[in-house]
Amino acid sequence: MAQVFHRSANVLARASIVGGGLVAIAIVTIASVIYRSPVLTQVNIAKAQPVPFSHQRHVGGNGIDCRYCHTSVEKSGVANVPPTETCMTCHSQILTDSEMLQPVHESWKTGKPLEWTRVYDLPDFVYFDHSIHVAKGVGCTTCHGEIQKMPLTWKAKTLHMAWCLECHRAPQKFLRPKDKVFDVDWKPAADKSERLEAGLKLVEEYNVNVEQLTNCSICHR
Amino acid sequence: MSPNDLDNILTDREAPASMSEHQDVNYWRHANEFNGAVTIDDEKHREFDADDPENLDHAGRRNFMKVMGASMMLAGLTSCARQPEEKIVPYVKPPEHSVPGRFQYYASAVSLSGYAMGVVATSYEGRPTKIEGLKEHPASLGSTDATAQASILDLYSPDRQESISHAGNLATWNQLVADIARAVGEIDTVDGAGLTVLTETTTSPTVQGLMAQLQQQFPEMKWREHDPMGNNNARMGALQAFGRITATKIDFLKAKIILSLDANFLNEGPAHVRYARDFAVTRSAEANADAPDYVAREHFAHDEMSRLYVAECSPTLTGAAADHLMGLRYGHVEALARVVASRVGVANVTADPEKVAALDGAWIDALVDDLTHHKGHAVVVAGEAQPPVVHALAHAINGILGAVESGLVTYIDSPEADATDQQGSLRRLVDDLNNEQVKLLVILGGNPVYNAPGSIDMAAALNKVPLRLHLTPEYNETSELCHWVVPESHALEAWGDLRAYDGTHSIIQPLIRPLYSSRTASQILSLVLGEDATTTDYDLVRRRFSGLYGAESEAKWKKALSQGFVEGTTFAPVSVSYRGSIPAETAAVPTEGLELIFRMDPTIGDGRHASNGWLQELPKPLTNLTWDNALHIHPTTAMKYELEQEDVVILKVGEHEVRAPVMLMFGHPQGVATLHLGYGRQVAGYIAKDRGFNAYTLRDESSPWCINEGVTLKKTSSTYLLARTEEHNNIEKSLQTQAQKAEDRHLIRSGTLSHYKEEPDFAQRLGHHAPERENTLYNPDEKDYAGLSWGMTIDLNRCNGCSVCTIACQAENNIPIVGKAEVAKGREMHWIRVDRYYKGDMYNDTVESAHQPVPCMQCENAPCEPVCPVGGTMHSKEGLNDMIYNRCVGTRYCANNCPYKVRRFNFFHYQIREGQDAPQLKMMRNPNVTVRSRGVMEKCTYCVQRINRARIDAKVAAAKIGSDVTAIPDGTLVTACQAACPSQAIDFGNINDASSRVSLRKQNTRDYGLLADIGTRPRTTYLAKLSNPSPALAGADAEAHTAEH
Repeated sequence: MAQVFHRSANVLARASIVGGGLVAIAIVTIASVIYRSPVLTQVNIAKAQPVPFSHQRHVGGNGIDCRYCHTSVEKSGVANVPPTETCMTCHSQILTDSEMLQPVHESWKTGKPLEWTRVYDLPDFVYFDHSIHVAKGVGCTTCHGEIQKMPLTWKAKTLHMAWCLECHRAPQKFLRPKDKVFDVDWKPAADKSERLEAGLKLVEEYNVNVEQLTNCSICHR
Repeated sequence: MSPNDLDNILTDREAPASMSEHQDVNYWRHANEFNGAVTIDDEKHREFDADDPENLDHAGRRNFMKVMGASMMLAGLTSCARQPEEKIVPYVKPPEHSVPGRFQYYASAVSLSGYAMGVVATSYEGRPTKIEGLKEHPASLGSTDATAQASILDLYSPDRQESISHAGNLATWNQLVADIARAVGEIDTVDGAGLTVLTETTTSPTVQGLMAQLQQQFPEMKWREHDPMGNNNARMGALQAFGRITATKIDFLKAKIILSLDANFLNEGPAHVRYARDFAVTRSAEANADAPDYVAREHFAHDEMSRLYVAECSPTLTGAAADHLMGLRYGHVEALARVVASRVGVANVTADPEKVAALDGAWIDALVDDLTHHKGHAVVVAGEAQPPVVHALAHAINGILGAVESGLVTYIDSPEADATDQQGSLRRLVDDLNNEQVKLLVILGGNPVYNAPGSIDMAAALNKVPLRLHLTPEYNETSELCHWVVPESHALEAWGDLRAYDGTHSIIQPLIRPLYSSRTASQILSLVLGEDATTTDYDLVRRRFSGLYGAESEAKWKKALSQGFVEGTTFAPVSVSYRGSIPAETAAVPTEGLELIFRMDPTIGDGRHASNGWLQELPKPLTNLTWDNALHIHPTTAMKYELEQEDVVILKVGEHEVRAPVMLMFGHPQGVATLHLGYGRQVAGYIAKDRGFNAYTLRDESSPWCINEGVTLKKTSSTYLLARTEEHNNIEKSLQTQAQKAEDRHLIRSGTLSHYKEEPDFAQRLGHHAPERENTLYNPDEKDYAGLSWGMTIDLNRCNGCSVCTIACQAENNIPIVGKAEVAKGREMHWIRVDRYYKGDMYNDTVESAHQPVPCMQCENAPCEPVCPVGGTMHSKEGLNDMIYNRCVGTRYCANNCPYKVRRFNFFHYQIREGQDAPQLKMMRNPNVTVRSRGVMEKCTYCVQRINRARIDAKVAAAKIGSDVTAIPDGTLVTACQAACPSQAIDFGNINDASSRVSLRKQNTRDYGLLADIGTRPRTTYLAKLSNPSPALAGADAEAHTAEH
């Protein structure tokens, strides 16, 4: 009986085995690249806001402390977005007729709140608490990036669980002295071993129970 | 059927397994288990509990592959989606003291049968989310009952009436004001004759003040009261005994001998939360003088406990807590009261010897002996269902026993706004209506068309009134017949006031503005008075407050707002004297034929909570029935009428009949049937409509609690599915030893007080012992963590089975309801269930019962953890068995492997089923707990959100002062179930702190682990139950005692 397939079909078969594997690898690679890319994570993508609020101006330029506006950051899990009243503490005097600030004045006059677009949005099954991080020496810029250089606000980190765990597994790499938590210009020591040594000292000083930091219920419940 | 026939049936029936054959299992949960018809072995053959997936799925292999392939692909795609954009909407001007993300707490009160119970309401960013008890309030002492816990759901209920309506059309408040003004104007010309206000029982001083004003302005107006379940017999009993209506206050902390005459004081009435607490304190005997307890028991020695005698016509939780229980026909309770009265020395009381002969003589002897030997420490409590004469007799006995003298019983003026004969009030109302003497009828709350006795045609009477107004939280049968329907504000959204059972003036403080265009009773009364239509509920409450306290009112108001009640407003005792005349017994007690007993439903009350899904789905204490009512009868009575579980019968009384399903109730008095009121609503929302049958229609005005003549019962050929949870989540009770002999695992461990004193560690000797710690291939100390380590104890001796823990947990943890059909499949979601066990032959007159709340045990060697393929449940370094919902893929292996059956699976997206998809319900959710979707396993984690909050707060506080000690003071961190428990049966805390309550409780010799013999090392342990039988009646108990060993 004549062969059903020509001899060259073997090549096709081999190629498709190898090719199939390659395609699978390619799909996984591409998927994981997309997964980590700003397309999905929205890292480094500035969001449009009702008022083009600039941290660069307020923090970098005017040197306003984070807690002036985000008042609940030390007391609560939530670091609040300031009420219109906070804006008006200055802007009832400064830039009172700026067109850019029109929505703020409008809100103050009408009592209708501003609607900001969320930049840092954790999934609803993650329970992050600002107060404990701030109390234990995690600086604002550690997660929020160089906020003093952002003319509009964007997300600086992916907020992937792997990123959270970098610190929860080894907090010594990220902790800073207590008085530097709100210091946006603080830089860790350049020398790696020096940095780690200082970090380990802080872990001890802050009484951080590192073992506990990877309990699932620390963040998920 | 003649008695001979009955005997034949009893002999012919398949001999029930007697206790001797089932020596291995002491306690049982349901009839099939007692009979050995269903064993856990049967269940073990199926991989999953309750329903078999193989029978559900008819797809076949190919379809299964197709569906699963598509599902996995789609599920994979969803994880690639970008998160939806969200908005942050800050305040314009933030309210004072508000910190975004933190709870705020307000002292307030909720109504408990019209009386105040102090609560602390939790608000999250302006939305009420939880209710807890108010520690300082006399009716709460920090605990609540299930209805108070569930009232948060009432606020957001999609079944609420949302707008004012007139003749079924939307209307405005101004239209209402004009119409009422016109009607009142017409009435006013004749001194107010024709104006009638109908209320339920209320203690509100504001309503009282406005009614007084109204009566002054319209001298001829009528105030009628109707409460289908109220304590009218207690009022009339006091009137009979003392010549005036008083309220009775009992200090159970002094009570060593208690006789309940059909009184369910642990579970019903305006003081039941307080009474349950005090009673639990008197039961907390410890063999060891140093055994730590944290309750003051000044009237008891450390190893002394109260003794409770209960005579009842229908099984209640108070009866379940009794040391000696007697099930009686309704009329025999009076006979018992009479014989006890005459024997303790009450003058001029006679008892019919024929009736007394039907009672257990030895029981009465022992009781009388106990009562007379504990003068000043003995008390008799009469139930609201019993006729006034029983209450009068109880007052007389308490007087003779020195209970009044010792302060055990105190009489005070009734805290009710108008304590009156409500039975008479209803009759006069109906007469007035039928004689067309009422021109304007204002109905403040309630649902008289539905809940008036069947002997009254309320609808026809109501239709004779030219103008009818109904203030109601939800549209119901009465609203349907009223011209004006005004939504009533919930206690969390309007100002108000109430008095507690002891008279304490409590303030109801709103946490949120009314969600709908609702009004309060006070506003309606103010409207009828012709006051400015913009008068607010706040104005009215303040005005009354100023009227009561005069010059001091401003300071008192401020204090009352922060405290929740006005200090020092407890009513002073009044001195009353017993008039010394009890009329001779009249009615004969029929001993043949079926007797019907009417009782308030254990969860939905008189029907007012019928729209509350949580209460509907809460397994009713003792029966474990959900979503329905039934005809509850003793198994022998059922046999007499040839009835089986779930058979439908037609009950006929006079012209009225209902179709009722039969449900067996063990220990129910024979020849007597209990019907729970509150079901069978026709005009209602999704949750309440067409559930069960309306037993009110059988009720008779002159004898509302019992019908003992002319009841006919006809069996039909149909059956009706009852969603009962008693057969769900069974724990394996016996252990196959190597000798192939089944041995009892002693899930419930109980003993008598005297036995406990002789052998304090009896509970720990029962059952098999846990394997040695070292008996493992792994590191035995692996789960011994330094620092915080959480544990729990549940004291079965304190637990009375009220099930408030289940509802508190449901409110705290965003637990959905699943609906009747799903409950019937064993899919109820409660994280903490209360297992009810019986002991003794199911055909006995009374059965001993025990209640065991079962949350997750947080096993140190948790069987659920290693079987999860995705790490969805992991052990935390604080000893918690964490659930990670976002990891769970729904294999259900964990639930299958859990020996305690405490894991719950979301077969559907329950959060939006069963009418629960209303957007307002989202406002109710606890923001700190994930709302689970379908396909996810869930369970108790000791309220880990509360633990995290407390831990973070402690650490932040420590960091602030530079301290390295992060202490969570013992007792400041409580779980939801623990906080709600009136009996303080649940303790929770750090077991690494040797001085914490929970550590001390775990050192108690009564402490034992459930199924500890399989080596799970549960962190939740139980304390054995004790009973205190009279030595004179010890014979029967000695038998039971032997059976235990």
